[in-house]
Amino acid sequence: MRRTPQTNYLRLTRRSFAAGAGAAALLATGTGLDFARAQGGPLKVGVLLPRSGAQAGIGQDCQRGVEIAPPIFKALGLPELAIMNADTETNVEVARARAEKLINDGAQLLVGAFDSGQTTAIAQVAEQKGIPLVINIAAAPPITEQGYKFVFRNFPTAPMILSDAFANQKEVFDATGAAPKSVVFMHVNDTFGTAMQQGISAVLPRFNMPYKIVEQIAYDATSRDLSVEVAKAKATGAEALLMVSRLNDAILITRELVKHRWSPMIVLSMGPGWYEDQYLKTLGKLSDGPMSFVPWYDPNKKLAQQLEAALANSYPGINMNTNHVFTFEALLVAADSYKRARSTEAKALADAIRATNITDNVSIGLGIQFNEKGQNDKLKNAAIQNRGGKLLTVAPKGASNAKPELPMQPYDRRG
Amino acid sequence: MAAEIYLNVAVSGLLTGLVYGLMAAGLSVIFGVVRVVNFAHGEMMTVAMYLAIVLFNSFGLDPLVMAVPIAGVLFALGYAMQAGLINPFITRPEYSQFMLLIAVALIIVNVLLLVFGPDARNVQTSYAFDSFLLGPLIIDATKVYAGAATLVITAALFVFFQGAPLGKAIRACADNYTGALVVGLNVKRLYALTFGIGAACVGAAGSMLVLLVDVTPSLGPALTLLAFIIVITGGLGSMAGAVLGGLLIGFTEAMAGLFFTPSAKSMFSFGLLVLVLLFRPQGILGKRMS
Repeated sequence: MRRTPQTNYLRLTRRSFAAGAGAAALLATGTGLDFARAQGGPLKVGVLLPRSGAQAGIGQDCQRGVEIAPPIFKALGLPELAIMNADTETNVEVARARAEKLINDGAQLLVGAFDSGQTTAIAQVAEQKGIPLVINIAAAPPITEQGYKFVFRNFPTAPMILSDAFANQKEVFDATGAAPKSVVFMHVNDTFGTAMQQGISAVLPRFNMPYKIVEQIAYDATSRDLSVEVAKAKATGAEALLMVSRLNDAILITRELVKHRWSPMIVLSMGPGWYEDQYLKTLGKLSDGPMSFVPWYDPNKKLAQQLEAALANSYPGINMNTNHVFTFEALLVAADSYKRARSTEAKALADAIRATNITDNVSIGLGIQFNEKGQNDKLKNAAIQNRGGKLLTVAPKGASNAKPELPMQPYDRRG
Repeated sequence: MAAEIYLNVAVSGLLTGLVYGLMAAGLSVIFGVVRVVNFAHGEMMTVAMYLAIVLFNSFGLDPLVMAVPIAGVLFALGYAMQAGLINPFITRPEYSQFMLLIAVALIIVNVLLLVFGPDARNVQTSYAFDSFLLGPLIIDATKVYAGAATLVITAALFVFFQGAPLGKAIRACADNYTGALVVGLNVKRLYALTFGIGAACVGAAGSMLVLLVDVTPSLGPALTLLAFIIVITGGLGSMAGAVLGGLLIGFTEAMAGLFFTPSAKSMFSFGLLVLVLLFRPQGILGKRMS
């Protein structure tokens, strides 16, 4: 039977009335809105990274972890994420402003921001606006000690990194039968470096290490010239270097070590810089030898292998590292919680993140779970050594794929 | 601590200071004659550094050898800037000159960011890791080459300003603007030449500094600030003062890093600046303004 449009428009049946009333009731209670949101498309995730400034190289490295995520998430049956990129310019105030702008522009969850100082500022904004923040990399303990309800960190705190680092160092010393008796401790004077310096001073006595710190040298991470710092370190006569640095300063220090004709027995790095791809590429053979004690990936985990393959496919010649792993995992937390929350509503997302239990993950440890403070305290770290332009895991034994080499080859005997 | 460490650090600081001095000399020359404060000074230096990197990476040309051609390019840039952009602002209030040059600085930073990206870049010459052993002293070879080249260029500039007719004409403009006009000097052309010479100093210094430090687009403002500290310490408008200021700042920062904490190096250079402003406001070799 043919109906005229007018007839169709005016016709009100019991069925259509009931459907309309039900929809109105759903909208009135808000449930319908959430449902509509969940069905309405990808979760808008603001990714804050230092893409320019002193930490630009590392920020862009983290971005690779973002780029390789979508096909893996699709294979895992996780929902799509709409990434909104923002540049903190390696500046705390810019980080704060960019976080506010992302939220104003509609970001429903934030991820970032590699640096503790910048992350602290972003966390304040996220908490104030009630938008969940999943921290990819930032180790300063206070961030998850503020009682924040919307801030979650899947990265070890400085004390966690240090405890594992000293345990792994002992394992390396035992395995090689060699250990330095004295070290110079050089560290950047930013939020991360200062937190690590305080942590090392507090934790070291408990570990009965074979070496003593004969001098502590703090320096500016944006310094153009570190010749004085290295000259001062060399003058102490220490056997090894204990480092908490960033990328550019790690390169500068290595150059100065060569120029000052000083080959320490080993460089023990407790932070980023020394394992970064740019470090390996810039210095070539001179990049071999340093050991980094860092949050890392478990090469035996299935998802780690998938991620490594995806990185090799998209960025041939680039070694997978902390930046890729933890930025990827932050997005994994976001996608997993969105799937479970079935909503973009901030509180529902935060509740879902709090209930996260991902055992099939990438990093070393039992998986991703958050305690009442929003901290994943199940993470473990590794010792990795640069050898032949590759990063080999030398400790802990359960997650290693090579034996440590100590002392490292002197710089003047590398051809 | 052994005595040689002090000597090592002092020599290193002085050699770095020499290159800083050449950079600041450009700023001083421009202000001394044109009376314009170049707020884009450090940014122009980064342009020279990127030029040196492009020439090295593309053609394998050593930045030390390319110091003169790069100085030539920067001279042309400086001349064009003064003739086409700054000369119309000469008679306007100082703040409009400041805003103009700050705008130029921002444009340079962002263009460099677009072209080269934010990553730190450097040149790896065959002598990048060399050092000289002089008894107990270990001296960075690159710093020695850069310092020596700076001395040669500075000496050439002194000879030019003291002996060459054009140099004398420029000095005449600086000493007495009206007098220079009266005797028939083309002051606007001389201003453009002076800005060009100042920019050439920056070009030469940049091609040497790229051997010592990595460059990023954001390095420009830091270098501008450094140049200001040096010329105010040495004496605004005095070339010799700029070189002396560079040496003093390089030495002070190096020794402060050694005696105190390296992270507080800049504090000491600013401390020196404050002392100079308190006790000799015109700078160590500057002339008191009437």
